Amino acid sequence: MSSSSKDTTQQIRKSLAKRYRAEKRFRLYGVLAILFGLLCVATLFVDIIGKGHGAFRQTYIELTVNYDADILGVSDINDKQQLALGNYAGLVKKSLRSKFTDVSGRREKRELYTLVSNSAEYELADRIKTSPSLLGQSEKLWVLADDDIDTYFKSLNRSDGPFIGRTSEKQQQWIQSLIDEGGIKLRFNSNFFKTGDSREPEQAGIGGAIVGSLFTLFITLVISFPIGVAAAVYLEEFAPKNRWTDFIEVNINNLAAVPSIIFGLLGLAIFINFFHVPRSVPIIGGLVLAVMTLPTIIISSRAAIKSVPPSIREAGIGIGASPVQVVLHHVLPLALPGMLTGTIIGMAQALGETAPLLMIGMVAFIVDVPGGFTDPATVLPVQIFLWADSPERAFVEKTSAAIMVLLAFLITMNTLAVVLRKRLERRW
Amino acid sequence: MQTSNLIIALLVMSALAYYFGYQRSQGFARQLGGVRNLHSLPTYYGMRVALWCGLPSVLLLFIGLAFEESIISKLLLSGLRADIRPNSIAEYNLLMNKIENLASGALSAEGVRPALLDAAAALAYLRDTSQRLFTAMAVLTAGIGGLWGWWKMSAQLRARQQVEKVFKGFLLLCASLAILTTLGILLSVIFESLRFFQQVPISEFLFGLEWSPQTAIRADQVGGSGSFGAVPLFLGTLLISLIAMMVAVPAGLMSAIYLAEYAGSKVRSFVKPTLEILAGVPTVVYGYFAALTVAPLIRATGADFGLSVTSESALAAGLVMGIMIIPFISSLADDVINAVPQTMRDGSLALGATHSETIKQVIIPAALPGIVGGVLLAVSRAIGETMIVVMAAGLAANLTVNPLETVTTVTVQIVTLLVGDQEFDSAKTLSAFALGLMLFLVTLGLNFIALRVVKKYREQYE
Repeated sequence: MSSSSKDTTQQIRKSLAKRYRAEKRFRLYGVLAILFGLLCVATLFVDIIGKGHGAFRQTYIELTVNYDADILGVSDINDKQQLALGNYAGLVKKSLRSKFTDVSGRREKRELYTLVSNSAEYELADRIKTSPSLLGQSEKLWVLADDDIDTYFKSLNRSDGPFIGRTSEKQQQWIQSLIDEGGIKLRFNSNFFKTGDSREPEQAGIGGAIVGSLFTLFITLVISFPIGVAAAVYLEEFAPKNRWTDFIEVNINNLAAVPSIIFGLLGLAIFINFFHVPRSVPIIGGLVLAVMTLPTIIISSRAAIKSVPPSIREAGIGIGASPVQVVLHHVLPLALPGMLTGTIIGMAQALGETAPLLMIGMVAFIVDVPGGFTDPATVLPVQIFLWADSPERAFVEKTSAAIMVLLAFLITMNTLAVVLRKRLERRW
Repeated sequence: MQTSNLIIALLVMSALAYYFGYQRSQGFARQLGGVRNLHSLPTYYGMRVALWCGLPSVLLLFIGLAFEESIISKLLLSGLRADIRPNSIAEYNLLMNKIENLASGALSAEGVRPALLDAAAALAYLRDTSQRLFTAMAVLTAGIGGLWGWWKMSAQLRARQQVEKVFKGFLLLCASLAILTTLGILLSVIFESLRFFQQVPISEFLFGLEWSPQTAIRADQVGGSGSFGAVPLFLGTLLISLIAMMVAVPAGLMSAIYLAEYAGSKVRSFVKPTLEILAGVPTVVYGYFAALTVAPLIRATGADFGLSVTSESALAAGLVMGIMIIPFISSLADDVINAVPQTMRDGSLALGATHSETIKQVIIPAALPGIVGGVLLAVSRAIGETMIVVMAAGLAANLTVNPLETVTTVTVQIVTLLVGDQEFDSAKTLSAFALGLMLFLVTLGLNFIALRVVKKYREQYE
C-alpha cells in the first residue's frame, strides 16, 4: 500500500516536472514570438533610416565662375532672349577647366564635366537674371555635384571601402584634391523637399509628391468625412430595423475588407471610363481613396455615436426637441472627437495607399509641382514605388529618405489621433 | 457661366431665399402676436425656402453635368462630314482628341483639314450653348423653386417636419452609398469580364495551365496569340499567402496569447503599440524592404547552402507579407482571448491545470471560432495584398510550388496589365478585370464567412 502510494507520488512528481517544463516552453514560445515581432519593427526602421539618412545632405562643389560675356554670347544684358539662350553650360565647363588644369583629351574632359550636375547651368542662369551686374565679374559658387560623385563622396568613410563602381580613377583624384583644398562638402539638401521628380537623382525631390498627396487627401477628406458621418448618423439614430438597413450594414463591413486594388478597378471602369474624370489628377485619386476610406470612417463614427449615453437623447426628447434636433444639437457635438479620431486614422490609411492609384494613372513621371486639383500629380507612396524601380544607385538613398518622410507624416497623424482621443474623449 | 461660378450663384440665391423666407415668417409672427404662434421656428421657414430654391436646381445641374460630355460628343459625331468619320474606337478617340486640342487652341490650326476645323468650331459652339443652357435652366429652376416655396408659406405650415424629412433623406442617401459602391465594383468588373469571356472561354481561363497575356496589337503583327490560363496565378497567390500565414499565424497567435495571459501591464503597454506600428506601415514600404533587403539576404543565405534562389523568390515576398499581417492576427486574437469569460480560466486552474494547459485546452478551444475568423480575414488580406508582391515577386507565371523560385500573383498581373496606356477592346486589358472579378469574389466569400463566424462567436459569450 505504502509502496504503491510512493509510486504514485513519484509518478506525479515526474509528470509534474514534465508539465512544468511544458509550461516553461510554452512561455518561451510566447516570448520568442514577441521578440520576433519587435525585431521586425527594429530591423525595418534601422534598415530604412540607415539607408536613407544620407539623402538629407547633398554634395556640393565650389566653383569660381567668371560670367564671361563672350562665352555666354550675351552682348546686351537687357535682352531677355539673349539671356535665355546664353551658353551657361560653357561657363560651367570653363570654370571646371580652370580649376583642374591637368585635363587632356576628350574622354578626360567629359569625365571632368560630369563632376557637377547639369542643374549648375540653370543656377547660373538664375543668378545672372536676378543680378545682371554680375556680367563680366567673377564669383565663388557652391554648385550641386553629380549623383555618382555624391554617392562616392558619401561612401568615403565606409568601413568596407568607398563605392567606386560609377566613378573613374581620375575623378577620384580630382575629388581627393577638392577635399584637400576644402572645395567639396555636404550641405543640407533643401531641394529634396522643394522640387518634383527628376531623372537625375541629385535633382529629384519629394516636393511635388507631398503637394500631390496634400491635394489628394484634401479631396478625400472633403468627400468622405461628411458622407461617412451622415451615413453613421443614419444607421445609428434613424435607421429602422429592416432588411435594407441590414443589407447596408453587411455591405459596409464587407467593403472595409475588400482589397484596395479593387477600388482602383472601380475608379478606372466607373470614374474614368464612364464619367470621363481625367486621369492622373488629385480629383480622381481623392475620389477613389474617399470610396476606399468611407467604410473605416463610417465604422468608427458609429462607435463614437454609440458611446454617447441614451440619457442625453432622452433628456433632449423630454424637453420637446425633435429627434433631428437632438442629434444635431447634442449627440453629434459629443461624438465629434471620436469621429475625428477615426477620420484621422482613415486619412493616414489613405496617405499610405498605393495600389489603387496605380490603376488610375497617378504613376506618371511628373516634374512640376502640381498647382491645383486638376494638375497631373503623383503622391508620396507612388513616388516611393517609382524610385524603388529606378536603376540608379543614388535613388536607393532617396527612396529610403522619402519613406522616412512618409512614416514621419503617418506617425504624426496617428499620434495626433491618440492625443485627441485622450484629450477630448469623455467617459460617461 | 462656368460651373464653379454657377454653383456660387446658386448658393447666393439660396442664401437670399433663406433671408426672404425668414423675413416672411417674422411677418406672420408679428400679425399673430409672436413667434410662438408659428408652427415652426423662423429658421425652419427660411431653410425650407432655401431648399426649394437650391435643391432642384443643383440636382438638375448634376444630372446635366453627368451627361453633358456624352451628349456633346454624340451630337458632334453625327454632325461630322463623311470623309473624316471614324471607323473604330481607336480612331474615334484619336479624332476626338484632335478636335478637342484644336478647339482649346493647344493645336495650331495651320495645315489642318477644313473638315476638322469645322468640327472644332462646332465643338466650341456646342460647349458654349450647353453652358448657356445650363446657366439659364439652373437659375430659372432656382428662381421658380424659391418663389414657389416662398408663396406657399403660412403660419400653420409644418416647415420643421419638411426640412427634417429632407435631412433624413440626405442621411439615407449617404448610407446607401455603400451599396452603390458595391454595385459599382460588381458592375465594373462583371461587364469587362463578360467581354473578356466572349473572347476567351471561361473554362480555359479557370483551368488553363499557361499564362502569357501578350496579344498582338495589330492584325499583321508577329507575336504571341496570348494564352489566358490563370492556374499559375492562382497557385502563385496561394503559395505566397501560405508562406505569409506560416509566419504570421504562429507569431501573431503566440504573441497575442503571451500578451493576454502572461505579460504584466508594463510589458503590455510597451509591446502592444510597438507591434501595432507594423500595421500602420504602408505596404509600399514593405515592398521596398522585401525587394532591397530581404530578397538579397535570402539569396545570399541560399547561396551559402548551395541553393540557387532567384532574386524575386516567393519566399521573400511571403515572409515580408507575413510580418505585415502579424499585428492584424495578434490584435484580433487578443480581442477574442480577452472575451473568454474569466470563470472558465478559474475553473481550469482550480482543477490543477497549469497555465499553459489552461490556455491550450480551455481558452484556445473556447476562442477557436474567433481565431479562425481572424485568420480567414488575414488570408483575404494576404490574397488581396498588392504592393509587396508587385515589388518583390516576379512577373513570370511559373507553375511551381517551390518557394525559392519566382511566381506571380493575381494582383501583380492586374497591376502590370492596367498600368500605362490601355486599349479597352483587347483581351489583354480585359483579362485584368476577369482577374479582379475572381479576387473580389474570393475575398468577399472569405470576409463574409469570417465576419459571420466572428459575430456568432461574440454572441455566444455576450
